[in-house]
Amino acid sequence: MELYLYIALFSPLVGSMFAALYGAKPRTKIAGVVPSALLITSLIASTILLAHILSTGEIVHVEMMTWMATGNLYIPFGFIVDQVSVTMMMVVTLVSSVVHVYAIGYMDHDKGFNRFFSWLSAFVFSMLILVMSDNFAGLFIGWEGVGLCSWGLIGFWYHKESATWAANEAFIMNRIADLGMLIGIFLVYWNTGTLQYEGAFAAMQNLDTEILTWMGIFLFIGAMGKSAQFPLHTWLADAMEGPTPVSALIHAATMVTAGVYLVVRSNELYALIPDVGVFIASLGAFVAMFAASMALVNRDIKRVIAYSTLSQLGYMFVAAGLGAYWVALFHLMAHAFFKALLFLGAGNVMHAMDSELDPFKMGGLGKTMKASMVMMTLASVALAGIFPLAGFFSKDIIIEAAFVEHHFIIYTVLLLTAGLTAFYSFRIIALIFHGEERYKLFGFHPHEAYKFMLVAMSPLLILAVIAGSLKMTYFEMVTAVLPATEYHLHSVTTYWIMTIGTQIFVILAILYAYKKYANSSIKVPDGTSKMEKSFVYKLLINQYYIPYSYEQYLIRPYRELSTIFWKQIDMKIVDASVDGIAGIIYGTGEKTRAMQSGNLSTMLKWMVLGLVILLSLAVVFGLAARHFDEIKVILSGLGV
Amino acid sequence: MEIGLNHYLVLSTILFSIGLVGVMRRKNLLLLFFATEILLNSVNIAFAAISHYYGDLTGQMFAFFVIAIAASEVAVGLGLLIVWHKRHNNIDLDSMSTMKG
Repeated sequence: MELYLYIALFSPLVGSMFAALYGAKPRTKIAGVVPSALLITSLIASTILLAHILSTGEIVHVEMMTWMATGNLYIPFGFIVDQVSVTMMMVVTLVSSVVHVYAIGYMDHDKGFNRFFSWLSAFVFSMLILVMSDNFAGLFIGWEGVGLCSWGLIGFWYHKESATWAANEAFIMNRIADLGMLIGIFLVYWNTGTLQYEGAFAAMQNLDTEILTWMGIFLFIGAMGKSAQFPLHTWLADAMEGPTPVSALIHAATMVTAGVYLVVRSNELYALIPDVGVFIASLGAFVAMFAASMALVNRDIKRVIAYSTLSQLGYMFVAAGLGAYWVALFHLMAHAFFKALLFLGAGNVMHAMDSELDPFKMGGLGKTMKASMVMMTLASVALAGIFPLAGFFSKDIIIEAAFVEHHFIIYTVLLLTAGLTAFYSFRIIALIFHGEERYKLFGFHPHEAYKFMLVAMSPLLILAVIAGSLKMTYFEMVTAVLPATEYHLHSVTTYWIMTIGTQIFVILAILYAYKKYANSSIKVPDGTSKMEKSFVYKLLINQYYIPYSYEQYLIRPYRELSTIFWKQIDMKIVDASVDGIAGIIYGTGEKTRAMQSGNLSTMLKWMVLGLVILLSLAVVFGLAARHFDEIKVILSGLGV
Repeated sequence: MEIGLNHYLVLSTILFSIGLVGVMRRKNLLLLFFATEILLNSVNIAFAAISHYYGDLTGQMFAFFVIAIAASEVAVGLGLLIVWHKRHNNIDLDSMSTMKG
């Protein structure tokens, strides 16, 4: 099994390096095909590992080599494939295989084709390190690796100012959170003496609650950055500047769920500090609602889906915070499938519309893009949580968990959010595929994507539809390492009322979205309608003025402070003193240069002068040493 | 009056001062060598006198070393001097300023 582990882990790296060889060369198909093939190899190896774990329940744990060993610190390059990491491996390799194949078509005309695949495969490698590592240090390497690759891919079209800005924003925000994460890891090491998950979690059982709380908080700050939770959420929507396959893979299915993975992986820690768990759940519920509300009005299909991702991450954190770790992981998996599908469908639409993203300029695309329409609609149904698609099983159970745990505020928020989710998902579906063909006004000639791209998407479609039926198998597998919390309502009637009620609520939201946006009276908004002038609309379209206030109240003062530090402290004190020292030495040299007249006689005179000075110094110091005691007496008499 | 250590040292100092003045004032390379010889030999006198005073032969041995070094120095120096004289037809110190910084 070790061999399969190494194959799964290292084939993306090989693929990345292979594509990198062509980095500076003109676009060539092979730079896309080989990494894709290697990723499918990785997928097969992961599937074999999954089958192994499903049949024997045996955890594969290897130690490739020692990384650091000094004193009491021992960190190996160790990898573990247990029920949790194998889930993540399956999600990562599956979605990335699909995205790789899809991207061969999507990036067809791009000059940076080879570079793209190099980054994309490098991302998968880092993500696999992140999920497979058996210690916090390895996790952190993967964590930084995915951050770097995400930076490279958001800023992929680096000639665009907005793309580089978004890439830097994402990177910097993640750095802020990573500081928290790093402090958390240090706390773990100081208090448990090890970074191996096994040893660390075992040692945590005997620690003070206070220390554990700090650990939990700092590790969660790291998770907040990567998973874009409030208040570090603004980067995710801006990250949509990257190519769409990147958004599907990194900013929907895998990287952003790393935070959830971290909380799930540290479940033994969070089980000891339920207060932090409640905080995580409350923040998750808030973000779910908050992000969904911003998605309601946005006029950029990718951003709508990004907010939806944010909102679903909120759901996952609610589950993880309430101790339903397996539910969080299950929703993570289901979400990866339907959200990646949704993004790739949006990619098809963008491709057809020459990168136009405003759904109000589309309309009626269903006639020319049947397959994409079906896929996106099914993905949205799954996202909305309609029976029997994946979202129903994974999302409803989170809502139920909140109810059973008596967190009724969270429950209400999540329920309302489910309605909002359904509404905004079908708002864009209706605007893109139904209604009048508004795109004709703007002179677009949409066409369906390549056949093989659609075929590549189909595994995601199948999984988005059937993932729910895997729930019990999954539950049995993953509860070998996670707490087996099951949520049964006390009475069957309540259960049915709640389930059917939710379903009806969601369906009504969908129908309302269709009624409002699929009719022929929709016009491209020009800022004159009553709705657009309302306060709420302005608040939502400006993302609650949060990016604005960050700019105004954090970035601006920081920049001004930096200018002051630069001009006043750096230039006038630090630079001035360094330059001063250099100036003194330079000036002395310049002045004393005259001594070197080259005249032997003059130089001899200087030599004699030096000799006299040295001699007299020797005499003075010799006398001082000889009469040290008397000098001391005189000095003490002077009161020195 | 008996001649003691101090007399030798005073002689040595006087010779050394004469040498120093010669080193500083002379513009003729040949005379500069003379001045250097005076310097070295004033030190030799001091060495020999102090060695005798303490009854320790080390100082006198050192004086021999100095004589040997002085001889070789003069040999090399005179060689260079002759070359210089052949090229420039003078041995004036002021004309040697190629090392100007």
